[in-house]
This record gives sequence, C-alpha cells and structure tokens, in this order.
Amino acid sequence: MTDTSSTAPARLPRTAKARSGGRRLRSPGWTAALPLLIFVGLAFGIPAVALLGGAFTSEGSFTTANLTESLQGAYLTALLGSVKLSALVAVAGAVLGTFLAQAVVTSRFRALREAVLTASGVLANFGGVPLAFAWIATLGNSGVLTRSLGLDSAGWSLYSFWGLALVYLYFSIPLMVLVVVPALDGLRPQWREAARNNGASAWQFWRYVGIPVLTPALLGGVVLLFGGAFAAYATAAAMVGTVVPLVTLQIADALTGNVLIGHENVALALSFDMIVVAGLVMAVYLPLQRRSAKWLR
Amino acid sequence: MAALTPAVLPDVDAPRPARPRRVRVWRGVVLAVAALYFVVPLLASFVFTVNDPVRGFTLDAYLEIFGAEGFVPSLLLSLGLAAATIVVVLALTLPAMLAVRLSAPKLRPVMEVLCTLPLVVPPITFVAGIGTVLRWGPDHLATTPFYQTVIAIQNPAFPVVLVIAYVVLALPFVYRALDAGLGAMDVRTLVEAARNCGASWPHVLLRVIVPNLKSGLASASFLTLALVLGEYTVARLLGFQPFSVWIVTISGANAAMSVAVSIFSLLLTWLLLLVLSTAGTNRRSRS
Repeated sequence: MTDTSSTAPARLPRTAKARSGGRRLRSPGWTAALPLLIFVGLAFGIPAVALLGGAFTSEGSFTTANLTESLQGAYLTALLGSVKLSALVAVAGAVLGTFLAQAVVTSRFRALREAVLTASGVLANFGGVPLAFAWIATLGNSGVLTRSLGLDSAGWSLYSFWGLALVYLYFSIPLMVLVVVPALDGLRPQWREAARNNGASAWQFWRYVGIPVLTPALLGGVVLLFGGAFAAYATAAAMVGTVVPLVTLQIADALTGNVLIGHENVALALSFDMIVVAGLVMAVYLPLQRRSAKWLR
Repeated sequence: MAALTPAVLPDVDAPRPARPRRVRVWRGVVLAVAALYFVVPLLASFVFTVNDPVRGFTLDAYLEIFGAEGFVPSLLLSLGLAAATIVVVLALTLPAMLAVRLSAPKLRPVMEVLCTLPLVVPPITFVAGIGTVLRWGPDHLATTPFYQTVIAIQNPAFPVVLVIAYVVLALPFVYRALDAGLGAMDVRTLVEAARNCGASWPHVLLRVIVPNLKSGLASASFLTLALVLGEYTVARLLGFQPFSVWIVTISGANAAMSVAVSIFSLLLTWLLLLVLSTAGTNRRSRS
C-alpha cells in the first residue's frame, strides 16, 4: 500500500514499461476477460433476446400488436404515470439534494460532513420493502404520525401519487448528495476568489462559473434519480398495490398471470417500452459525465 | 411533502450572498429540515413496533421475529445466495479487470458498457426476460439435456437462477468498487515485479493483488451482500422466497412484526455498510 501515494514519480517510467510488457502479457489478458464476457453474454443476452422476441411476436408470428397494445389505455396511463412520478422525484430530489450537499460542503465541521456522507451512503441503498413499511408505520392509515396529528381527517393518504413521491425522495435525496458532493468539492475556492477580485457579485459567480461547471453533474444526478425511481418496484408494490398506476406494477401484474389469454406478451412489450425510456434518459447521462469529469479532476 | 418544500425553497437565494452570517442561517434550516425528514420515519416506525394500543410499551414484536415461521430458512437462503453471488461475481470480475488494465485496454469501453447495462435496464424487465426463458425451456427443450439444467437452476432450495441474476445486477457496483481499488495501486509495476521474480499467475493474483485490494474487495462484497439481502423484485416475480419476500408474506398477518422485521433488516444492512465505510477510511488513513 505504501507505493500508492507516490503516483507522480512512478508514472513516468510506467509508460515506458507498458510498451515492453504489453506484448508479452497479451494472450493471458484476453483469456482472463473471457469468462466475464461469456457470462454476461449468456445471463444478460439470452433474456434480452427472449424479451425482444416475445415483445414482437404473438402466437409464433411477427407482429407489433403487443407494442401497440402496450401504448394504449391502462398501459399507457401506467407508463405516463411512471414517467411523471420519476420526473418529479428526479427534479425535486436533485434540487433538495444539491442544497443539502452545499450545506454540508460549506460547513466547517468535518464530523458533520462525514456523518452526512455516511448516512447518505446508507440511505441511498435504503429502498425496497423495508422503506415502504417504515413509511406505512409513520404516515400510513394507522401510522404513528397520522394518528397523533389527525392527518386522516385532513384528507391525507400515503397511498397516492404524492405519497409515493414523498417516499421515493427518501432514497433519492441521499443519492443526489453522493453524486453532487464531489462536484461541489471540485469548485475551487480560487475560482470564486478570482471572480470576486474581478468584481463579480456572488450571483454572477454562480451564473457564469458555478452553475455551468456543475451542470453536467446536476443533470447526471437528475438522470440517476430518474432511473432509480422509474425502475423501483418493491416499494410501490408493498405500499400502494395497484392504486397508483405505474408501469412496473403493470408488468408484474401481467407476469404473474393477471392478463387475458393470448396477451401474455404485453408484459414483454411493456418491458421493452421501459427499456427504451430508460435507455433514452441514460443516453443523456454518459456524455455529460465525461464532460464533468474533465473539469472536476 | 407539505412540510418539506416550503421550508427549503424560500432560502434558494440565501447561499449567494457571501456574508457568512446569512449563510449559516440558511445552512441551519436546510440541515434541520433534512434531519427531520430523515429521522422521523425511523423513529415513528420504532414507536409503531413497541407501542401496543392495548398494552402500551412492549417488545413482543421483536421477540416474535425469531420464532416466526419461515424466518430462519428465508434468512439462511438469502445469506447463502449472497455468499454464492459474491464468490461468482468477484471470480469473474477481478481477472477481467486486471486483464483490461494490463494487456487489453481496448476492452475497457466494452467492460464499461457491460457493467453499466444493468443500471440502465430496470430489474423488472430483466425478470420479464428471465421468466420468458424459463417458461420457454420446458416447452421447447423437453427432449434435450438442457431441460434438466433449466429445472435444476430453479431448485427452490437453492435457486441458482437467482445467483445468476444477482451477479448481473451486482456488476455495476462491483466494477466501480474494484476500479477505484485498482486505480489506487500501481498494478502494472506490482504484477511485473512479481512475475519477474518467478511468481505464477494464481500466485500474483492471490498474494500480490488481493492483499493490496482488500478495501476494494470488501466494499464490493458488502455492496453485493446489501443488494442480495434487500432484493425483492427478481425473487418475488420468479416465485422464490428469500428474506425480503418473506417479510411481505408475513406482513398481512402481523403488521407490527413486519415493521419490526423491516427495522431489523435495515439495521443489519446499515451495520454492514457502516463496517464497510469505516473499513475503507481505516485503510486510507493507515496507508
């Protein structure tokens, strides 16, 4: 481990060595990567092919009927519901998470920073069923807060679109904090000082320096949050059943046989729709991440 | 939502003025609201489990967990699946990542795409694909030896198909963790030094790389463990019953106990993640 700190002096001779050593090592190199490639190819490729095949066939013949059906009626409502919920959670989570991160980054207490980052690491992984149950116990129909504050008579229901958004933010905000803290750390104090020395106001600093440098990280965070909320199934299933129309709930419903005979492949078509939406959103993320990495090294 | 939004938004402009006094107020408000939002559900669910409407304070919900039907088998199944997943995913990923670093840098983009795909593809669509393959198996492969394989990987006592799915789902996390670990050490120099001294490849891997990569391997393992323990979608839709699915199964019968089990599983996961993060910092401060 001692040699890790001395990367700078070690780097120069390394490039020279790389050339001489590379040729000799090539053949074991390829073979060592093969098991992983084959595994992913099989474990990921076969289901993917099955999904595509199923989405575009009905009783053995090629058709786009499944796809058309998956974009109509209740299925379309569910897909749009998912997109709306995820977009709301992504934007709200990104804004709130950025403020929390900024509050932590500008704090002088190291302990606070460590505590918030550790808690974020933990809470960002807090999804699924336990999250749903914790919120049901808090704000559900017989939840502790619902009873003690009399929220049910005020018309509050956790089992709704807004309730789900509130719960999803619980793991989205910490994820945003984790994403955006390195970016906020990368805003060098020198930039701010330089701006101030040149007579820029704080607003001008953020408008012309801070926000442009942070934009890729912020948008990247929005995309991650969107993906997380879009794909979430366990929390929604444990919380709302099918009260709120969501595409993941519809797919699960169709997969477990709750669908008309001959329409089993609609679940696969819906899955295909989901992958297209998630893929489009992620396609925005990768180039952005590369751009922000350039500045925040 | 009602409590959260108005309290934070009016302070939107507060960080911009550079005067430290206003900044401190803004920071205090943000931190207080965040603390409230994140702590209240945890406290409330704890109160929910210990506060019986009839008898008052009681810890019965926690004591009942260990005697509940299906608790031990489902937890053991989850832990077994996690152990198998960790072994498989590390055995597949570590050699591949070393190979990419040492001798096949052209494979790097391929690896990155492969290890990002599971993040892009929602788990539920992955299950839809797996489910189709598994249903397709009995219909078309009944006369071939593959049929036995399809049946065997679905053995409810130890569903190998879940391990396969979890390895794919864990790839992104393992890749990031190992990539950070490998980036912190001079892999090429270490490997070449060891090879020049006559060490075999397995020896290099186990005696040179692994000891230097301890914190990266630990974080990859813990993240995988947390993922497998909490995973619900794949297991539920393929019809198996590890720990996370069992919690939902019992929730209908006993609400307090299901929340208690949730808290229990949370504490377990958090403990693991905390161990992981402290192990990481110790490692860093020592080196």
